[in-house]
Amino acid sequence: MVGVAPAPAPARRRGPRPPAPPGPEREAARAAARRGALIGLPPLVTMVLLFAVPLGIVAVYSVATRGRTGRTELADWNLDAYARLLEPLVLEIAGRSLGYAALTTLLCLAIGYPFAYWLTTRRPGVRAVLLVLVMLPFWSNFLVRTYAWRVLLGSDGPIVTALAAVGLGEVRLLFTPFAVVLGLVYGYLPFMVLPLYSSLERLDLRLVEAARDLGATGWEAFRRVTWPLSRPGVVAGSVLVFIPSFGAYVTPELLGGSRTTLVGSFVVRQFLSARDWPFGSALSMAILVVMLAATVAYFRAQERRS
Amino acid sequence: MRTLTHRGRAAAVLAVTALLAAACTGGEDESAAAVCAPGETDGDLLLYNWNDYVDPDLVPAFEAAYGVEVVEDYYTSNEELLARVSAGGAGYDVVVPSDYAVAIMVEEGTLLELQHDAIPNLANLRADFTDPSYDPGNAHSVPYLWGTTGLGVNTALLGDVEPSWALVFDPEVAGALPGRVSLLDDPREVLGAALHYLGLDPNTTSEEDLQRAADLVAAARDWTAAYDSGTYEDLLLSGEVVVAHGYSGNFLEAFDGAEGYAYVVPQEGATVWTDAMAVLADAPHPCTAHAFIDFVLTAERGAALTEYIYYPSPNAAAEALIDPEILDDPAVYPAPATQERLQFLRDTGEFETRYTDLYVEATS
Repeated sequence: MVGVAPAPAPARRRGPRPPAPPGPEREAARAAARRGALIGLPPLVTMVLLFAVPLGIVAVYSVATRGRTGRTELADWNLDAYARLLEPLVLEIAGRSLGYAALTTLLCLAIGYPFAYWLTTRRPGVRAVLLVLVMLPFWSNFLVRTYAWRVLLGSDGPIVTALAAVGLGEVRLLFTPFAVVLGLVYGYLPFMVLPLYSSLERLDLRLVEAARDLGATGWEAFRRVTWPLSRPGVVAGSVLVFIPSFGAYVTPELLGGSRTTLVGSFVVRQFLSARDWPFGSALSMAILVVMLAATVAYFRAQERRS
Repeated sequence: MRTLTHRGRAAAVLAVTALLAAACTGGEDESAAAVCAPGETDGDLLLYNWNDYVDPDLVPAFEAAYGVEVVEDYYTSNEELLARVSAGGAGYDVVVPSDYAVAIMVEEGTLLELQHDAIPNLANLRADFTDPSYDPGNAHSVPYLWGTTGLGVNTALLGDVEPSWALVFDPEVAGALPGRVSLLDDPREVLGAALHYLGLDPNTTSEEDLQRAADLVAAARDWTAAYDSGTYEDLLLSGEVVVAHGYSGNFLEAFDGAEGYAYVVPQEGATVWTDAMAVLADAPHPCTAHAFIDFVLTAERGAALTEYIYYPSPNAAAEALIDPEILDDPAVYPAPATQERLQFLRDTGEFETRYTDLYVEATS
């Protein structure tokens, strides 16, 4: 920046500050700035301490060396752990996680959208009760609820028993890919419903009526009016479901069996059985970067469309 | 804007290095200091132990006898313990690592060399526990309990089965069971079982041998319901699986005399393990720690431990007090012929990551 005289464009945030007004007004402006800095300080400190510093440590570990005993040697800095990211095993597990996350997101959208739409058509009192019901599961521990699914899906459980009673024979549900996807959809559905609801609630129904009056069929009115207007909710909900289900750990661990290892479990295994912290850290960094890039690209694409 | 980012980055780097430096400096070269008389205490005890691994009377009895308080904290795997203590500064006095983890901790220098004259009850140990391969002469650790890793079987459905790893690995046997099986979620234990079944060294560092074991585990996916280290006894009792891979005492505690279940040690050989009490090199209260170890080694406490959690005791003096029914149960105390085929799992150093990789590949 030194030596370059920027043209003073009024809209640029980085431009030189306009001269402060004289007298008491200047004092007031300074006080406001000080207050702003004070208000901004706690979140800044929190973010640095709880997010940037741990992430920095992960980054440092990812270029360190696994010692003979599994202790991480903070020496001999190298990129070996990153080289391993392209091994077929890692790619296979990453691909599978991607598939599970995409399927979970689509199912959540397919279930959550009609539900959120229906919610907005209820009377306000009923709506409040239904919204509380959507959030109710959060009031009990996620681990406990996942164990409950083990009972429900188990071979002595009500679902398998009912299926056998109607003559579908003995079906295995627990420890299958089906159980994992079910658990993920169950766990993350509220994250889809809530943003969709807040988007659809603000939708002006008169626009849909106008479309119908002008000759659009119900489907056309949905496709060309309702859906585009609710897209911010769809985008937010999809991101909120996709990202945690990509990195999910508890659900696949408890409900999955063979052939259901996802990246979350793979990362944990590097720390808790291989004792290879550099590789575990490199995996985490790679997931972070890929997810961040994908999210940004997704938001950009959605912005361009609307 | 740009200069600020630079400064921000510099501050972050500084903070990270400061933290790392703090994490690395603790815990070195603080041994040698402690000289404790038998039964001497120097403060409250911070005990870091496995989940659900003491009888409920032990800690109150120690507190009453020595006038100290015991603060307990728990872990569920050796790796969790290693992760917590290997950087130093963990603040615990006594930890209870398994054999191979003891060896790792000795090599890393995180354990205090024990002062044997402060632990007179060491004399109570069985002769075959006085010089373990993972810690010669018990220089840094004292056996707490030991046990085997084998199979829990639903005998009500399967009848009297031949105790063999074929129950989980042989397509003719395991594939024909009236239900599925579960294996531990542990690369070393599962591949170790497969290596035993193939008649190979469970601590092999041969890529070829390990690959054969992994192929066996991969083929077993068709009848393996789950890889589970935390709830396998429940899976067996609820009928979800008919054979489960797990630790002896956990099964016996869960069966609690129920008919129709048995724990067997496969005839091809199996893992034997010892969990040992040790004192951290930077323990804040090394004398209380020695007093605690000595207390656990009394005949009464050793017997109470085994009677509560059904893991065999390394304590010879305790055997006189243990319920003969437990002492004669081959599921708890394996028969001498079985014992000969038991082997410790040892740390394989750099090869350890191959076990994890091949295990993940075989099960996923």
